[in-house]
Amino acid sequence: MIWVNTIIQGILVGGLYALFAAGLSLIFGVMRLVNIAHGDLIVAAAYLAWAVIYMTGLHPLLSLVLVIPLAMAFGYALQFYVLNRTLGRDILPPLLVTFGLSVILQNGLLELFSADSRKLNANALEAATFSPLPGVGIGYLPLLQFVVAIAVIAGLQFLFYKTALGRAFRAASDDSETAMLMGLDKRKVYAWAMALCLGVVAIAGVFIGMRANFDPAIGPGRLIFGFEAVIIGGLGNLWGTLAGGVILGVAQGIGAQIHPGFQVLAGHLVFLLVLAIRPRGLFPRMAG
Amino acid sequence: MSDMLLNVDKLEAWYDDAKILHGLSFALKKGEVLSLIGANGAGKSTLLKCICGLLLKKTGSIHFHGQPIHTQAANAIVARGIALVPEGRRLFPSLSVEENLILGGHVKRPGPWSLNTIYDLFPILNEKRHQPSTSLSGGQQQMVAIGRGLMSNPDLILLDELSLGLAPIIIKDIYAMLPRIVGNGLTAILVEQDVTRALACANQFLCLQEGRISLAGEPKAFTKDQISAAYFGMAA
Repeated sequence: MIWVNTIIQGILVGGLYALFAAGLSLIFGVMRLVNIAHGDLIVAAAYLAWAVIYMTGLHPLLSLVLVIPLAMAFGYALQFYVLNRTLGRDILPPLLVTFGLSVILQNGLLELFSADSRKLNANALEAATFSPLPGVGIGYLPLLQFVVAIAVIAGLQFLFYKTALGRAFRAASDDSETAMLMGLDKRKVYAWAMALCLGVVAIAGVFIGMRANFDPAIGPGRLIFGFEAVIIGGLGNLWGTLAGGVILGVAQGIGAQIHPGFQVLAGHLVFLLVLAIRPRGLFPRMAG
Repeated sequence: MSDMLLNVDKLEAWYDDAKILHGLSFALKKGEVLSLIGANGAGKSTLLKCICGLLLKKTGSIHFHGQPIHTQAANAIVARGIALVPEGRRLFPSLSVEENLILGGHVKRPGPWSLNTIYDLFPILNEKRHQPSTSLSGGQQQMVAIGRGLMSNPDLILLDELSLGLAPIIIKDIYAMLPRIVGNGLTAILVEQDVTRALACANQFLCLQEGRISLAGEPKAFTKDQISAAYFGMAA
């Protein structure tokens, strides 16, 4: 039963990885931008939630009512005023600028909040569990995190394929010049995509803050997990991203069960294996 | 203001450092069909890109409805009433036929064209409206591209190489639709390699040669030899 429990815990953690990955996948899909600062933005969102909770006393989940719109506004402005200027034929400028943003965010958070680790206190929700089978304990918080990840991906999927904004995202992704001929302002389309990404980042940040301690230096690690989930699941496929997150979470769980030191390594090994066997991921979006 | 819809004055344009257009000036009245003819590299598509705002490195002026548009971006120009049906169609592969058409109407200008009227014009598109646009034949894709351009209810439509890569029978069908497209007063600029077909459709023509106007006027005012001479850059 230990292994069943390990796999279930891995699946639930996979939901968090899928949240890391969904925003990354969204931005890459719409504007081919690899956002090196993605992990740091998740951590910044966790700090923003911490500050909101500190000032208002809200529960971390309720703080999302403020954190999501604030993060989205930041994302819109970041894309519109900074990152749009870097997009073009050369892929290097956006990489360099987001790398610079990563450094600025880490050091800015260090200045503002110090290197001390923090946590978002979810009170009873953190420890509450139920046991569907003997030897299997499921925490309400990880379960909620997984359900939210599914809801977020379903919401993004709906937005992409059933709304005018999603149509604009797909058109700008296919051919941004022709999208302009349809009357779309690609700067605004990209800014909305980044706003949406930061909305997901805000959710991921709050869950990461409730789940464990965080400090300004953990962003790059979250970026790696997000990248791995995207690559394992397949580029351009949101449900594949969820599958990638789950596979990564389960691999880490099994690794940790074998030896605590193998947890992260096992995830990386599965990632490398998928990359070697299926470089486009397990569920790549079909062309055409 | 006069009944001129489009005024292009001393237009010069560049791709990087290469000057493509050399001081083009012409005007277009409402309801006219202007054919742009010329050999490959004469600057026909470049001129269309300048008008619709895709090519920003240019000097001179372009006025539409009496308003300057030469400094505006493509998305602002389409909202003013100029639509481009681009060379090679450039449909959005991740969008269905109907989504491509709906996106064409993004600017929501009032006018006669809607999904229903496009489907009346091209009934086959109604049958295939949920299919990915790139799964259609070349001719059907061209119908989507034309329909997408019309969906913005433009006052001026720019048609770039409608026949490119299509079988002769399909080209004939597409051109058979042209009177219905421009019949209700829509102004059009048509770029076409098939000179005979281009001149047959037009009230006016411009022959471009190495980025300059080598001949212009009503097609019937010139002999075939005069047009050939202008087309190939030979003295008439």
